[in-house]
Amino acid sequence: MSATDHTPTPAAPAKPFRLFRRGPWENVATIVIAAGVIMLMQPFSIELYGWSFLTTLIGTAMFIIVSKFPD
Amino acid sequence: MTETSTVSHLARGAAEATPEPVARRVRGLSDRAIAWVFIAPTIILLLAINIFPLIWTIQLSFTNYRANRPNAAVTNVGVEHYSNILSDPDVWHSMQVTAHFVLWTIVIQTVLGFALAYLIDRKFRGHGFWTTVILIPMMLSPAVVGNFWKFLYQPQIGLFNYIVGFFTGMDPSSFQMIGDVRLAPWSIIIVDTWMWTPYVMLICLAGLRSIPDYIYEAAEVDRASAWRQFWSITLPMAMPFIMLAVLFRGIENFKMFDLVNLLTSGGPGSTTEVASITLKREAFEKWRTGYSSAFAIILFVTVFGLANIYVKALNRVKSR
Repeated sequence: MSATDHTPTPAAPAKPFRLFRRGPWENVATIVIAAGVIMLMQPFSIELYGWSFLTTLIGTAMFIIVSKFPD
Repeated sequence: MTETSTVSHLARGAAEATPEPVARRVRGLSDRAIAWVFIAPTIILLLAINIFPLIWTIQLSFTNYRANRPNAAVTNVGVEHYSNILSDPDVWHSMQVTAHFVLWTIVIQTVLGFALAYLIDRKFRGHGFWTTVILIPMMLSPAVVGNFWKFLYQPQIGLFNYIVGFFTGMDPSSFQMIGDVRLAPWSIIIVDTWMWTPYVMLICLAGLRSIPDYIYEAAEVDRASAWRQFWSITLPMAMPFIMLAVLFRGIENFKMFDLVNLLTSGGPGSTTEVASITLKREAFEKWRTGYSSAFAIILFVTVFGLANIYVKALNRVKSR
């Protein structure tokens, strides 16, 4: 067994926790947009249909904002 | 003559052709300013034909403006049009008609498009010729396709009814694709599928061709069956492309106007009245410009939201 076998592998530097990361927030915005579109076109509740535009608008605005976040 | 010398020759020619006062003025500009001079016409054109109408439509959506009464007093009605549209059962019905159309066209086109791509990817004899034949409908103008299919759907002389009659034994004049309440939505779905399945096929084909052969070779070594290879390699690796096709067709069909207008004009009754047909009726038959502007903004925000998801999916495919 050589000496190098015991050399501990340097641990990858831990990424600092960041709340505002693009990936997860873009996923949230995508879900909100998709929910808004489904609410707009579903045949079950006119109440949901009434709130669809606001939901899509919020999702779209959110998407535009969060797409500027760092990765 | 090399490319560099050709370019310098052309540049010298352009410099000689430029009038002296203009040349003196341009010589005094920085690189950044010259870049702006070149870009400015495009930006002005974009502002004039895209941004200005959008801002104007947003403004009109909050007023009672009617385009057929340009001199009438215009008053601000706030979000009244938005709340009316979002509580109107007729508009809700048109959204459901749109949903029915979008859902079925996506399902059928994706299944058929992927199946065709899978077949074409086998590279059989004459596959190039058949690819071209399959792509022809996509290259036609929707106006041509609409009129062409309206003729095909004629109950007395139309080829479609004759073929259905030939295979089912029905009398060709016993049913009307466009005039029947139950069949009219399907007549549009059939035409859209005929026209746009080749597009889905092309995207799926790009996905299938991007799968490296060594993955299949490794699967062969592991004695994976053709069925197993399809479910574990082909489908997952082509999935981002399929999603891209679904999103693109979803957005396009949500905005569908031309084919529906030419084939059924929203009829019979309101069975094929998709959102864009309702919008046209409100804007140019009832002349409720403010109301239709609000409706257009609702559709715009929906399509814009979907387009964001589309761009995200596209970036994911590109990064593969």
